[in-house]
Amino acid sequence: MVTKDRSSFKVIGTRPLRPDGIDKVTGRAQYGADIRLSGTLSGHILRSPHAHAVIKSIDTSKAEKLPGVKAVVTGADLVLPGKTLDELPDLSANVLAGRKALYRGHAIAAVAAINEQVAREATRLIEVDYEVLPVVLDVRESMQPGAPILHQAMRTRTPSGPGDAPSNVVAHTQVINGDIEAGWKDAVEIAEGDFSTSMVHQGYIEPHAATATWNSDGQVTIWSCTQGAFPARERTSTILGHPISKIKVIPTEIGGGFGGKIGVYLEPVTALLARKTGKPVKIQMDRDEVFEGTGPTPGTSIRAKLGATKDGKFVAFQADLAYENGAYGGSAANYATMCITAPYDIPNFHLDAFDVVVNKPRTQDYRAPSSPAAAFAMEQLIDELSEKLNIDPLKLRLMNAAHEGTRGPTGMPYKRIGHEEILEAAIDSPHYKSPLEGPNRGRGVASGFWFNVALRSSVNVSVQPDGTVNLIGGNTDLSGTRASLAMQLAETIGVAYEDVKPTVVDTDSVGYNDVTAGSRVTFATGIAVHEAGNKLIKEMTGRLAETWQVPVEDIEFEDGTFKTKDGAKSGTFKEIAQAVVGRGPGLTASGSVNAGFLQGGAFAHHIVDVEVNPDTGKVNILRYTAIQDVGTAVHPSYVEGQLQGGAVQGIGWALNEEYYYDEEGRMVNSSFLDYRIPTTLDVPMIDTILIEVPDPLHPFGVRGVGEPPIVPPLAAIANAVARATGVRQYQLPMSPRRILETTKDVV
Amino acid sequence: MTQKVVSTTINGEPVQFLSEPGGSLLTALRDELGLTGSKEGCNNGNCGACNVVLNGELVNSCCVLAMEVEGADLLTIEGVAQGDQLHPLQNSFLENAALQCGICTPGFIVAAKVLLENEPDADEARIRHWLAGNLCRCTGYDKIVRAVLDAAEQMRQPAAT
Repeated sequence: MVTKDRSSFKVIGTRPLRPDGIDKVTGRAQYGADIRLSGTLSGHILRSPHAHAVIKSIDTSKAEKLPGVKAVVTGADLVLPGKTLDELPDLSANVLAGRKALYRGHAIAAVAAINEQVAREATRLIEVDYEVLPVVLDVRESMQPGAPILHQAMRTRTPSGPGDAPSNVVAHTQVINGDIEAGWKDAVEIAEGDFSTSMVHQGYIEPHAATATWNSDGQVTIWSCTQGAFPARERTSTILGHPISKIKVIPTEIGGGFGGKIGVYLEPVTALLARKTGKPVKIQMDRDEVFEGTGPTPGTSIRAKLGATKDGKFVAFQADLAYENGAYGGSAANYATMCITAPYDIPNFHLDAFDVVVNKPRTQDYRAPSSPAAAFAMEQLIDELSEKLNIDPLKLRLMNAAHEGTRGPTGMPYKRIGHEEILEAAIDSPHYKSPLEGPNRGRGVASGFWFNVALRSSVNVSVQPDGTVNLIGGNTDLSGTRASLAMQLAETIGVAYEDVKPTVVDTDSVGYNDVTAGSRVTFATGIAVHEAGNKLIKEMTGRLAETWQVPVEDIEFEDGTFKTKDGAKSGTFKEIAQAVVGRGPGLTASGSVNAGFLQGGAFAHHIVDVEVNPDTGKVNILRYTAIQDVGTAVHPSYVEGQLQGGAVQGIGWALNEEYYYDEEGRMVNSSFLDYRIPTTLDVPMIDTILIEVPDPLHPFGVRGVGEPPIVPPLAAIANAVARATGVRQYQLPMSPRRILETTKDVV
Repeated sequence: MTQKVVSTTINGEPVQFLSEPGGSLLTALRDELGLTGSKEGCNNGNCGACNVVLNGELVNSCCVLAMEVEGADLLTIEGVAQGDQLHPLQNSFLENAALQCGICTPGFIVAAKVLLENEPDADEARIRHWLAGNLCRCTGYDKIVRAVLDAAEQMRQPAAT
């Protein structure tokens, strides 16, 4: 599908300024909380103080009587006609609880009032009678017989059909490749370990916010800082039983998401309150609500074992992976089975994966969902084998690396991928070639994998009278996709980047777009942009043939210029566009794709040097290099930014971040100060090396780049700590306390 | 509770607004005055997204009572550019790709402006120390620090004549 010689790119590979940049450096950009409609009521949500409790009754009468209160809603308001509260689907019950509160922070009721103070005061007047139940917080404990059951109706989905008793195990997935017993017979060296990671949050700086209106004709408009306006519309429609055609979601600018703003929380609640009051209603979460009431990423327990021949060839891998899905079912562990072996060619493996519910918030995706914890296990086993076999850790990976034709994560063979290329680049990098000296210091490396989620995208393009082109899309811009899409259109139709004006619009104004997530927008929406651009060229060629009075076949388009084959007539896109649009009907085109699911694949490799303070247990990052196969770097600065940002999120996950619970299931660090994402002082500059192995699935060779860089850091830092201290780290975060505990006998 | 009138100067203009006794400066800026460039990320001084300059000092406006700014001189992100002339820091953030989602950007620019006006020679270590109160989850800080270093260099150049 690669249609263009990369050396001829004129726009792709340059570093223009983003079209939304000035609004964002001057404070003009409108984010979720910045929406202000006349007469808006303020909403606030009452949340469960208990991690597990039956909601026996909710008395809202005192709250409703408070002057200034306009409406109070509970889960009962989400019960659709003909249904009962007992039948409230998970999707609805996570927005406003049904019969049970399943985690601390679970939304119980919501109030709309004349201002925020009154709304908050009213939530305190709501009387909830809870029957507190025992909690289960640990994924392995939750799998045991006798654990408190969250959902009496839940039966484990297994390869041999559903289980016969209530269980907290949502699903048991098994993936088998080759002959694992034969593999172990061939294995000379074996590394194994029991790894665990804590639940962590995406930590976007902008709290969730939504504003809704509900007109008397049933037309609903919702402004939300969502990652996906279309999925938010669908879910709101499902939850409220209101037709999709009557709901318009307007995506505001979004202050970070990383997967955490895919789910709906406030959208249906504000809409419900707007229906009840007849007025616009706005709700903005507090930071502790973001931590406790939205969707972090699962904590995990992974028991894994890797065997290699004496030459270092991986021949057998076995893993038991348990992922906390939080209060409701999900499929994180299922993804993990696809990611954990993805970077390598392993002939024999056997994977058992368990998605498990616990009394914690319903989890959501967080950048390369499931893959970082999987790599934390796998890449440490590889490191251990490299020490046992006395083979350089990069060379050991290189000799086992997946390449074109290797069985990929979905079972299909890989098309062209770049894991080998990035390992070679790592070996040749200035960082890896430099010596690391000094006590308590160590160097670690690790690889990581993620797909392009691909999915569905639609765009419209329209030519303006001055020959410039408007590009209308429906994907919220988290980090520069207006620019990366405009650049691809400019490249397709041969105009300057400045002649393309990208706009993000609402769900009524463009065809369907899936979420801005999963490293998919620059990839999949880019394909739609390319398609729309080509349609535009075709349409212009047809009209030009009439104008020039030549057969269509005699007109060629190359490097932004239309010309007749004999060269007698020619004109640039802009010149022709001005002429054609000047006379004829409007010139528009659209591009719509379903680029598939879990396509392609991108690999990252990170190198890190650490120094461990033997007195305090603090791990300092001395030097960090992120290497990645980025396919084609459309805007290299923004690609570097993805690598750097992902690496630093991974550093936080490795060293600091965790949901810290007391025994009753109360998160005790639900502020930025206590949860503590990395600051400027915690990290050095992050060096990047961009390797471009074009993805054959994309016309310009683009690969998604956002997810892979969060995958390697956890393991890379653990490997560095192991080499610095001689003690392997099986548990995250590697906080000073844990480092001191695990190394006290050796350092 | 009775609202009171607060008289202050914001971005060079005399301004009066009404505030509850317990209302924060951030709430006043955003809800009373429509200056939504100052962002709320935490409402307790952890993240710096609401940074403004109060009588020359960098503050988290979520941790300042609106009543406290009576008679004060305030600068918010909306006053950093001069008309259509972006401040060197704003240009530098754009040119260095120092923002991704952009929600933390106003706070970083206001914070960095205070630093560079007081310490035009600030180096990387000093910049990292000064900006440790501003959280960014997208960039990993690399390009932000470089943008501030670049802007510092530009601001040290004598103005063109």
